[in-house]
Amino acid sequence: MLEIKNLSVSYGGIKALKSISITVPDKKIVTLIGANGAGKSTTLRAIAKLIKHDSGTIIYNGEDITAISARETVQKGITLIPEGRHVFPDMTVLENLKLGAFLRTDNKAIKEDIDYMYELFPVLKERSTQLAGTLSGGEQQMLAVSRALMARPKMLMMDEPSLGLAPMLVKDIFTIIERVNREDGLPILLIEQNANFALKVADYGYVLETGTIQLEGTGEQLLENEKVKELYLGTGD
Amino acid sequence: MPFDVLIQQICNGLVLGCVYALVSIGYTITYGIIRLINFAHNSIFMLSMYFAIVFVTMLALPWWLGFIIVIALTAIMGVLTEKLAYHRLRNRGAPTSTIKIAALGVSYLIDNVVIVIFSGRPKQFPTVDLLTDVFEIGPVRLQRTAIIVPLVVLVLLVGLTYFLNHTKPGLAMRAVSRDMEAARLMGIDVDKTIAFSFAIGSGLAAIGAILWGQRYTSVIPTVGSMPGMKSFIAAVIGGIGNIDGAVIGGMLIGMIEVMVVAFFPGLSSYRDVFSFCLLLIVLLIKPTGIIGEKVADKA
Ligand SMILES: Nc1ncnc2c1ncn2[C@@H]1O[C@H](COP(=O)(O)OP(=O)(O)OP(=O)(O)O)[C@@H](O)[C@H]1O
Ligand SMILES: [Mg+2]
Repeated sequence: MLEIKNLSVSYGGIKALKSISITVPDKKIVTLIGANGAGKSTTLRAIAKLIKHDSGTIIYNGEDITAISARETVQKGITLIPEGRHVFPDMTVLENLKLGAFLRTDNKAIKEDIDYMYELFPVLKERSTQLAGTLSGGEQQMLAVSRALMARPKMLMMDEPSLGLAPMLVKDIFTIIERVNREDGLPILLIEQNANFALKVADYGYVLETGTIQLEGTGEQLLENEKVKELYLGTGD
Repeated sequence: MPFDVLIQQICNGLVLGCVYALVSIGYTITYGIIRLINFAHNSIFMLSMYFAIVFVTMLALPWWLGFIIVIALTAIMGVLTEKLAYHRLRNRGAPTSTIKIAALGVSYLIDNVVIVIFSGRPKQFPTVDLLTDVFEIGPVRLQRTAIIVPLVVLVLLVGLTYFLNHTKPGLAMRAVSRDMEAARLMGIDVDKTIAFSFAIGSGLAAIGAILWGQRYTSVIPTVGSMPGMKSFIAAVIGGIGNIDGAVIGGMLIGMIEVMVVAFFPGLSSYRDVFSFCLLLIVLLIKPTGIIGEKVADKA
């Protein structure tokens, strides 16, 4: 279980997160929705230790991990799939997957996991020696997801995995998200522009507005909420 | 030009090109990984020559042991410049331009410390007979360096390529130079990787300096500036950030420099100008260098 308590982040004096608290229970999918610039990515980047935070605590399975480094966060099993995929463009698909397993030393299991990823995403197998930069956007997203899974994470954070994908592919990505969550019991903290999709797969959701949490509730509750409908689902009256 | 002289000149060009190639790899690696044009690299080159004077000439260690210590010590010095200067500035969010200026500062610091300790008077570099002896193939008389230097460089390049493509730290280095943040997300220790790249670049510069010293035996505190400048130009000509490019650039400059002087002896006092001309020509035709690609300037 991941507990974020009163997390605040600022960029050069401008507050981007104002004391937000979020909990990701074991085996659950939790989503963070909100308008552009609300602070969703900032939240995940602060948890992944890519940026420094001003105050607040991060507790993971009862352990205070507020002060650890990005590398140690990965070591603890918390893996972020960043906004915009960030695959290594001038490396092959296979090299990207190996980098996902960078902190692991169980070479045999790594090989098995690579095969498993090729099973999940057969297109990656075909492209295994191709440079990641030459993959289509959708293929790159699949690579980003499988590269993250190569770390054998105990918790996954995803920043807009469906960004720029055709509706068909968005469906595929969500199928995978649900699958790893259900099969491996992997808790997921998910950011999604597509609030409709996100709230449907999520057990719980938070609505972020200019750095504060305005609303929270189960996926169903938020889907039914008039304000959410109006602002984020485009189905308000 | 007589045949034997031509062969000799080709070999001279090859040896010079090899040294430039080794030194230019250091420029290209630090640029590739943190977008730093490391103006202190020529001072590191020079420093390693003084290390050789200390360990091989003054302390009279066996030359091979002395040179191994020199290479290791120079690598450590490279890491120290990164840790004490550039790393601290980066951590405080200093822009790349500030770090470049810091590199200039580091360069002056090293140069002046060397002047204080060793004075400005020329010193003799410890040459090794095994490397510098002359042998004959038919009518052609060659120094052994003509064979040994390209061999050493070839082995180093093969090793470096293997390291970058087939080992974990090598993969980490490529990942950090391409996308530092994504590398962090893989659990790569970015700071350690950067420090390591400085160690490699400086170690190669030391090897370059040792080979250079076999030919140009007079060592003064500014001994690094010309080979440093030309190696930097070589890196740019090849496409800075790209190791293959640095090697091609280095060979090209070494070869052209020697050939121009060989064919046009009257121009020999202008020999240093040709690499700059080559730089201008290449950049006019292909601004990113021979095999360079566009890289976004990392802040
Ligand atoms: N590196 C940065 N420097 C300065 N301000 C930043 C930086 N990154 C983000 N911000 C600001 O912080 C606020 C939150 O940004 P963030 O990226 O977290 O938004 P987001 O909710 O992920 O938006 P989007 O849906 O567009 O991805 C924005 O106002 C943004 O301009
Ligand atoms: Mg975002």
